[in-house]
Amino acid sequence: MSSHAATHGGHQESGNGHGGGFTPVERRFPWLHVVGYVLSLLLTVLAFLAVLHHWLSGNPLVTVIMVLAVLQIVVQLFFFMHFTEGHGPKYHILALGFALFFTVAFVGGSIWIMSFGDTQAY
Amino acid sequence: MLPHYWPTLVTGDPLIYGADASIGLVSIAIVFVLTYYKKWGWLWREWLTTVDHKKIGILYLIAALLMLFRGGVDALLMRTQLSRPNLHFLAADHYDQIFTTHGTIMILFVAMPLIFAMFNIVVPLQIGARDVAYPYLNAISFWMFFFGALLLNISFVIGGSPDAGWVSYAPLTENQFDHGPGENFYIMALQITGIGSMATGINFIITILRMRAPGMTLMRMPLFTWSALAASIVVIYAFPALTVALGLLLIDRVAGAHFFSMDHGGNPMMYANLFWIWGHPEVYIVILPAFGVLNEVFPAFSGKRIFGYSTMVASFMAITILSFLLWAHHFFTMGAGPGVNAFFALASMAIGIPTGVKVFNWMFTMYRGRVRMPMPMRWAVGFIPNFVVGGATGVMLATAPGDYQYHNSYFLIAHFHQVLIGGTIYGMFAGMYFWWPKMFGFLLEERIGRLAFWLWNVGFYVTFFPQYLLGLMGMTRRIYTYPAGMGWSSLNLLSTVGAVIMGLGFLFIVWNILYSVMHRSELRDVTGDPWNARSLEWSLPSPAPHYNFAVIPTITRRDEWWEIKKYGRTEDYRPQPGEIQDIHMPNNSGRPFLFSVAFFVVGLGFVFEWYAVVILGFAGVLAIMLHRSQEVDDGHQIPADEIRHEEIALGRL
Repeated sequence: MSSHAATHGGHQESGNGHGGGFTPVERRFPWLHVVGYVLSLLLTVLAFLAVLHHWLSGNPLVTVIMVLAVLQIVVQLFFFMHFTEGHGPKYHILALGFALFFTVAFVGGSIWIMSFGDTQAY
Repeated sequence: MLPHYWPTLVTGDPLIYGADASIGLVSIAIVFVLTYYKKWGWLWREWLTTVDHKKIGILYLIAALLMLFRGGVDALLMRTQLSRPNLHFLAADHYDQIFTTHGTIMILFVAMPLIFAMFNIVVPLQIGARDVAYPYLNAISFWMFFFGALLLNISFVIGGSPDAGWVSYAPLTENQFDHGPGENFYIMALQITGIGSMATGINFIITILRMRAPGMTLMRMPLFTWSALAASIVVIYAFPALTVALGLLLIDRVAGAHFFSMDHGGNPMMYANLFWIWGHPEVYIVILPAFGVLNEVFPAFSGKRIFGYSTMVASFMAITILSFLLWAHHFFTMGAGPGVNAFFALASMAIGIPTGVKVFNWMFTMYRGRVRMPMPMRWAVGFIPNFVVGGATGVMLATAPGDYQYHNSYFLIAHFHQVLIGGTIYGMFAGMYFWWPKMFGFLLEERIGRLAFWLWNVGFYVTFFPQYLLGLMGMTRRIYTYPAGMGWSSLNLLSTVGAVIMGLGFLFIVWNILYSVMHRSELRDVTGDPWNARSLEWSLPSPAPHYNFAVIPTITRRDEWWEIKKYGRTEDYRPQPGEIQDIHMPNNSGRPFLFSVAFFVVGLGFVFEWYAVVILGFAGVLAIMLHRSQEVDDGHQIPADEIRHEEIALGRL
């Protein structure tokens, strides 16, 4: 989809001149990737420590972990998935819309299904 | 030092030693034949390193048929065990292993590769592309699937098969209840093959969105391609849930965590929830492409365009979305309360609407058409009553209060076999017979094919209709034997007879293929369009040349090839010598194969908890990825002259 993808096998694009590896400008040290990597590790460690050391519990804990998860998604999209690059129709916006809808459905649905123990005997 | 489960490796069971010996002998025979005929180089160059979507599709098809044999033998063993009350043909633990591998293999290693075979063989040809978007990734997908399947299959001979059902529910699969490598085999095999499925989903979404021939708008796409797009969308949003569920279960098992255990705050029901967030969409992943095949077969053999193209597209998309919103109907009996159960019951019934639209559209396509009944059409017509009955019993199961009666009974077993065999397998066989000439250049013989179809169809009803009754009479699934005097005996015997007839049907399909291979000169398809069909792949010679289209066509309407034929313009449609230019194609690579071997090593390491092996395997994975990232691979050009020569040899210039 993006110039990044072209080097990984978008063979159709290399025929018309802009495939075949990165241009020299793009060959600089990949700071974005390093920053993204560190950030993603940090977010994971924070979530883990919050549970391990019982910093919070119950609903506040769940809320904090969910916020960290959303931040993690943002980090992945911007630092690794080249979310802002690309040409042609914006299919990836549609794909992300789907992803958002399904994520809300899965997480919300799971919480709804799994919370029955609080309200009724079974 | 011997691992703690060493006794499971040396079992003393003669059945397993027999399997060891026969696998050893077959392997030696294969090595001998390849060496004697000097075929190692051919195997490596033509198949193991190929990135050609047509060859990868054929590899998927072969693997799927082999796995269908394995899963079918499992089924026959189970039916033999259940044929009479109080039999001890299989011991209880052996029976557990066999129903587990039967389910796992049939879904993951038969249905999935069959649909991927059809995607690979058909989609690029239908949309006027020369390959998929990422051919190298496509090869990785296949080999990850292949080594995942291999990992599950070797569990039978070393270490013991998984034995907790194809769903592998926690807490039964936690270490304290199910010690040993069996469940680890299941987890690692599914994780490895899941990576391949994810990659295939991404690959085909990009291929379909980005690589269509000029003029082929989305609403001009053939409906099989639409079904591939819909199924690929479901793949990429559903598989992560399985990856998470199995990943957490693996951590529980090998690292002593408590995600799904019953103590220390674990929640075993969360496993069922995560599993079915994937598991329900999964059944739509395998049925959508079957719908797609029927959408090609019915118009082709009715001599009419499909009835209601845009409603077909709309129903594909509706099923895609809805399929994610009804997973909880697999565990109504968990007791999540009337609110949850009512929502998921209604959502489950709602999906009957777009499915019903399709069934009516197929029938209206045949209505007043010039209907012919060669093999693909037979399987397609056989599909309809099967799927209608399967759908109706599905709605019965979706009624939450009723489900408390049917849950985990043979009624459920009969229902999902009705939609998975009568749906997916019938659809895929229709596709196999339909596109076989496009794959290999010759047709499958009709007479044996008809016998196979009728054996299969009769066997199917004889096997599964008694099971509906058995379910209503209270027989539950996963019991290895039952006492006499329950009133189940004669129906069980009848069901076993049906299973044997279906087994014969499978043998006739194998015979059909072997017979047709031997008589391929009489069955050769010289026209490239043996069925007088409608979409772009039939404008090519059979089998399609490795570059697919010498000149990429420009599309002006739906059913382009049919319209071209109608106006007698097929001659104009052939490539003109002046139009042919150099064609750019991807290079073969051995790395996808080696990459998957490395993952297989990782899998084995986790199965037996040999961490040195895990590290070794991951080192291999990393080394291959590093090597790939340093490579400048621009593919290769096929000179225009060479293409002109090939097209002349095919009689098209």
